[in-house]
Amino acid sequence: MKLKGKVFKYGADVNTDVIIPARYLNVSEPAELARHAMEDIDADFVKKVRPGDIIMATTNFGCGSSREHAPLAIKASGVSCVIAHSFARIFFRNAINIGLPLLECAGAVENTSSGDVLEVDLEKGKIRNLSSGKTFTAKPYPDFMSRLIADGGLVEYTRQRLAHT
Amino acid sequence: MNLAEKILAAHAGKNEVAPGEFISAAVDMVLSNDITAPIAIKEFYRLGVSRVFDPSKIVMVADHFVPNKDIPSAEQAKQMREFCLEQGVKFFDVGEMGIEHVLLPEQGLVLPGDVVIGADSHSCTYGALGAFATGMGSTDIAVAMATGDIWMKVPPTIKFVYHGALGKWVGGKDLILYTIGEIGVDGALYAAMEFTGEAIDELSMDGRFTMANMAIEAGGKAGLFHVDNKTQLYIKSRANRDYLVYEPDIDAVYDKVIEYDVTSIEPQVSLPHSPANARPVSQVKNVKIDQAVIGSCTNGRIEDLRLAAQVLKRHKVHRGVRCIIIPGTQQVYLEALNEGLIEIFIRAGAAVSTPTCGPCLGGHMGVLAGGERCVSTTNRNFVGRMGSTKSEVYLANPAVAAASAVAGMIVSPDEVMK
Ligand code: SF4
Repeated sequence: MKLKGKVFKYGADVNTDVIIPARYLNVSEPAELARHAMEDIDADFVKKVRPGDIIMATTNFGCGSSREHAPLAIKASGVSCVIAHSFARIFFRNAINIGLPLLECAGAVENTSSGDVLEVDLEKGKIRNLSSGKTFTAKPYPDFMSRLIADGGLVEYTRQRLAHT
Repeated sequence: MNLAEKILAAHAGKNEVAPGEFISAAVDMVLSNDITAPIAIKEFYRLGVSRVFDPSKIVMVADHFVPNKDIPSAEQAKQMREFCLEQGVKFFDVGEMGIEHVLLPEQGLVLPGDVVIGADSHSCTYGALGAFATGMGSTDIAVAMATGDIWMKVPPTIKFVYHGALGKWVGGKDLILYTIGEIGVDGALYAAMEFTGEAIDELSMDGRFTMANMAIEAGGKAGLFHVDNKTQLYIKSRANRDYLVYEPDIDAVYDKVIEYDVTSIEPQVSLPHSPANARPVSQVKNVKIDQAVIGSCTNGRIEDLRLAAQVLKRHKVHRGVRCIIIPGTQQVYLEALNEGLIEIFIRAGAAVSTPTCGPCLGGHMGVLAGGERCVSTTNRNFVGRMGSTKSEVYLANPAVAAASAVAGMIVSPDEVMK
């Protein structure tokens, strides 16, 4: 799958409290959550984001709470993938489980600015910065994770597993 | 194998596992709360199953926004209540509930050697009992509720050794804040943390729960302690099922071994907006506060309240400071009442609440306004964690929080106990 979008770039340790503040966690509807995505780190994000856009950050993106509301809010806001140096582990699981693609690629993050336009080939892990012409390759997923992603997330993967037993 | 590997191997039905290996582990307890359960319940039904794999291995606790703070949170609690009734799953409702990570160990629902997963990041708390416990999201919990197992990547383990004796007013909170200050909020990313050493042997169970609780604040997947006499004593009156005690092999392999001498460690305070901004309390000068919160899954246990009471006894909360004290469970509340601690708090001018997460995540019961500062015994001080994005949270132990409430600014307990 090919993705294309404009970059919103942030720094290290972007935590789940700023991705979706707890004051909005009395509901779990993705569309409702998306109205407040990234609100406490970037109040204008929701106004500016367009379908396909890409979030970038440095280390430990998504640290903090286990709230699946965080990747749900990002996905429902229209973001097509998140690219970072590294991700916090619960966020990583949650994103893969709900089908929000994540890519680990420090090179791409270091050589991209907010507003640049990227093209991403998810299968190959290829990231092309259309603004600068540079290309990067993300860290490949372990086989098990690729299978989860190919099946469309954990629920689909498990449905198939349960059907066979 | 080290402790984490031993437990995971046993639950994966393997003789041996190694870091990086993907396994399917059988779970002994699956937890969710009023924020994460509604999504888990929805995903559970999407799996096409109608019954949970074993109702006795699942528990739901309404603790974040209860007693219901508004209509949407009341709806969330209602969904859990109905699901649990239908499935025969234990639901801890208002009047019986406590903050999940104080409650589950207290009720004997998590035991040594268990694999526990919870749809809450601080599920790592149970590592204090020598269990492998880790936080996950709602979808993972939904799958585990249906199948009784969960996929995991075996983490590398970092071993922490704490030498020496703990100083005055120094406890589990200070050791973990100090550690996170040293290694950073991603210092143990994806790793299990194994806590050992003489200082850990000396630490009470409550102190160990506090440390394990904050493993996630260093990015850790789990924080584990060895089972000793203190653990056995804690478990004895609570366990009503069998459990196995695992010990690391003498030739266990660790990714890293980090050693600290705790002798000169002072009570720690983590400045905004990261738990890794830890400083000795003596270096935190002229920080005036508007609120002090004592409670949460980090420091809402009886020992924490005893410490706070020791400081607040014969003192008054400073004018202009709101001191909010929240026992972690009904049982902690009752013990505090019987020991006379609640009276000390009320006479000092503190507000005491029924158990709830409440202010810890800016939910209710003490949300901060813009420009306000709070010293808190909780575990996170991210931007906006307790309310306005213009507010500030300073993390500390219960004695420091109580002393600061009296002084009106962040101080060492020695300052008010002179
Ligand atoms: S007390 Fe705070 S950290 Fe603990 S479970 Fe509740 S909200 Fe989470």
